[in-house]
Amino acid sequence: MKNRRLLLEHVDVPGIDGIEVYVKHGGYASLEKALKKMSPEDVLEEVKKSGLRGRGGAGFPTGMKWSFLAKPEGVPRYLVCNADESEPGTFKDRYLMEKLPHLLIEGMILSSFALGANQSYIYIRGEFMYVLNILEKAIAEAYAKGYLGKNILGSGYDLDLVVTPGGGAYICGEETALLESLEGKRGNPRIKPPFPAVKGLWGCPTVVNNVESIAAVVPIVRDGGDAYAAIGIGRSTGTKLISACGNLARPGVYEIDLGLSVEEFIYGDDYCRGIANGKQLKACVPGGSSVPILPHFLVTKTATGEDRLMTYESLAEGGFSSGSMLGSGGFIIFDEDQCIVRNTWNFARFYAHESCGQCSPCREGTGWMEKVLSRIEHGQGHMHDIDLLADINKKIEGNTICPLGDAAAWPVAAAIHHFREEFEWHIKHPSEAQTRNYGLIQQPVVA
Amino acid sequence: MSQTTQPVFDPNEVVVFSDAMIKQMNEVVNKFPQDKEKSAIIRILHLAQAEYAWLSVPVMNKIAEFLKIQPIEVYEVATFYTMFHLQPVGKHVLEVCRTGPCMLVGSDQLIQHIEHKLNIKVGETTSDGMFTLKTAECLGGCGYGPLLQCRNTYHEHLTIEKADALIEQYRNGEIQ
Amino acid sequence: MPNVLMMVKVTIDGIEVEVEAGTSILNAARKIGGDAVPPAMCYYSKLPGTGGKCRTCLVEVAAGSTADPRPMPKLVASCSTPVQDGMVVNNKTSERVHNNRGGVVEFLLANHPLDCPICDQAGECHLQDLGYEHGSAKTRYEEERRTFDPIDIGNKIKLHMNRCILCYRCVFVANQLTENRVHGVLHRGEHAEISTFIEQAVENDFSGNMIDVCPVGALTDRTFRFKSRVWFLKPMDAERSCSKCCGKAVVWMFGNEIYRVTARKDKYGEVEDIDGKTAWLCNDCRFEHKSAADWNIAGPRVISRNSVISQGKYATSIEKPVKRIG
Repeated sequence: MKNRRLLLEHVDVPGIDGIEVYVKHGGYASLEKALKKMSPEDVLEEVKKSGLRGRGGAGFPTGMKWSFLAKPEGVPRYLVCNADESEPGTFKDRYLMEKLPHLLIEGMILSSFALGANQSYIYIRGEFMYVLNILEKAIAEAYAKGYLGKNILGSGYDLDLVVTPGGGAYICGEETALLESLEGKRGNPRIKPPFPAVKGLWGCPTVVNNVESIAAVVPIVRDGGDAYAAIGIGRSTGTKLISACGNLARPGVYEIDLGLSVEEFIYGDDYCRGIANGKQLKACVPGGSSVPILPHFLVTKTATGEDRLMTYESLAEGGFSSGSMLGSGGFIIFDEDQCIVRNTWNFARFYAHESCGQCSPCREGTGWMEKVLSRIEHGQGHMHDIDLLADINKKIEGNTICPLGDAAAWPVAAAIHHFREEFEWHIKHPSEAQTRNYGLIQQPVVA
Repeated sequence: MSQTTQPVFDPNEVVVFSDAMIKQMNEVVNKFPQDKEKSAIIRILHLAQAEYAWLSVPVMNKIAEFLKIQPIEVYEVATFYTMFHLQPVGKHVLEVCRTGPCMLVGSDQLIQHIEHKLNIKVGETTSDGMFTLKTAECLGGCGYGPLLQCRNTYHEHLTIEKADALIEQYRNGEIQ
Repeated sequence: MPNVLMMVKVTIDGIEVEVEAGTSILNAARKIGGDAVPPAMCYYSKLPGTGGKCRTCLVEVAAGSTADPRPMPKLVASCSTPVQDGMVVNNKTSERVHNNRGGVVEFLLANHPLDCPICDQAGECHLQDLGYEHGSAKTRYEEERRTFDPIDIGNKIKLHMNRCILCYRCVFVANQLTENRVHGVLHRGEHAEISTFIEQAVENDFSGNMIDVCPVGALTDRTFRFKSRVWFLKPMDAERSCSKCCGKAVVWMFGNEIYRVTARKDKYGEVEDIDGKTAWLCNDCRFEHKSAADWNIAGPRVISRNSVISQGKYATSIEKPVKRIG
């Protein structure tokens, strides 16, 4: 089961970022197969069969998203790769692009072919300028080999691929904000409808997919959708890149088979090898900073005592009262010394900083939560602040233009839900709160 | 406390882009379809910042002229994205990630140490103009923290000692 | 089926109405009128592209359509959500809408200076109306409010950024009615602000319309600054011949003196359509003609009796006299 490594199979091969080595290890074979033996519909069909779900965080089936693309006559269609990886705890796409640029490029060509796009873009966050340089070098190699440009491999299919940077804005990971930014504007998410599948880049039908989703099309075409779907459990098919960070003995990017147990992922020798410095696990945010935090007793087991698995379903088991989400696969571990209040404030500060400011609940609400949490963390809190936070939360959640409002609200709601005592302790012990942590919470006694 | 955003600048300052810069700017514009030149703006702002260290009003006005758009459209974009410096900065801008995962592995302490070492607060520039210290929100290196970014380079797995050594290397010109 | 308008039926607060397919819930509600109409702070029907931002027009969709009668899980912005045939919407009748709209109003007021006693917009401010209907008597916001210095954008318009709710309407005016936009939204999040960035004047024949579309006192008329409270003035429909605009305006008078000139606005505070065109006013009419002799004055403007502007003795003279009870 372990280390099937569909995406990262050759990641350690020296020179794999160059086209020669990549081709020697089976690179661009999927592209040859698709362009010579398959129709665009065939590729779409394999992606549908694979059960691949969007790897950026939302988990929406990729094949279904592709099938929504409007195809009016005489209007160009675009594929845009979302490489604006900015969710705290998530650094898998950067790893993939830096180490295996051609895997993304091959995936882009395959996906563009399936969608009938002749011009595609990779929008990468501006901070990753050095990765942009790696991608541009790889794209130039692909053009030279005839994998990009006119009449690719004699198939009659043309594709141009351009990488373009952002300028530092988490919100541009939201697909319509990304399109605005790609058009050279402020990254304000658009009001939907219309959705990008109908009106996207420059008003034309557009699909926006995450880096990992696009890369996964390469093994799906190579081995067939059924083979990909055979990995995993239920609707969580295939492999997933998990970027593990925080207080782990061995943080980093791992490709896991969906369905691996959380226990094995945290403590297993092939994965993170437990908590750093022999400490105890206090809490875990399993899917990037915007998903609910789980206290230690809900990390490896669900509330009903079943093993928690690395799947979309199992991590969400128990809903917001005892579950969380797989999200983008940004797996953050907190050891016993970490302060939940400080971390919640830190995340709230992040979302306040990253709010575009367009709609009022997010613009005012994220800033308000940040200020209240800052007061609590710095010994100026009142008991009524806790309920105030919970209420501000409810007024933001679901009422904003884009999901950033929810992303800002959930971590605060979950932290108060699971660690309310720690917030109260901070308010009651303002001077101690600034020098030491509350400690581990106790597992509730089940009667 | 009142927010003031009126930038100080010399309206008579004349900005002339070098031929090399114009060539690069045209290359960026040519990546996009005709009439979609505005899409090039963010990359052009990055180019200009690499050239001039920060984006002054005359530089932004010149970019507006080049892209045939209104200056306000450049200001709107430049002020939205946090990578763009709209005020003069030091020779080396150290941007330390301060978000959750980095905080768990000591970014707060690292920032405090650098403040102390350079004798400046976050947002300030050393009196010799050598360093500006900034904080950044998640730089996407969560598993390799604490980390800082200086221009296009990520310096990861930092410790207090490594940060000290790094600052010295920048100061001595051992790294650019 | 080109050129054939598809009509759809939608029910809002229990009242059915038939509208063209593609109409927004808000405009369908405006067709019904009365309490079914959600408030709108950013949407402006005369400025295409506006809306979706302030979230005060959130409504509950209890049934999506006849074809798919499932309720929508989230409240939706009625200004930017198109109706579907058989859609059932709750506005005034929904407790959930009332609560969440109250939340939005609280957010809009969180950093608002509440300087109504010295604000020229008082009496015709949409945020005042909204606060009156949905606001709470006291604030839960204990933090320091963000503040900006007021600035002049040109010699005719004052910008009080403290009061701004970032509806973006003035940006759309600049984009759609003027040639060169010189102001816009800068920075982001809670630091976002309307500004010209560098000190410069918004000089354009139609820039004054920014004042008319501003729902709050962020953009006010410098030629009227601190001259009077609006409810002490008599609004009169007036007209002059103008080569730049329609010349149809409202002049606000005290005795025989004209204190200010605005466009004619409908009950939603939007500039009216006259002869099929939105009666935007040029700066010449708005700022440069303050003498009664400049205008052909038709007569008193009808003002809603609910408005503070008609609370003076004057109001009853244009409407049918109402006997006061008690």
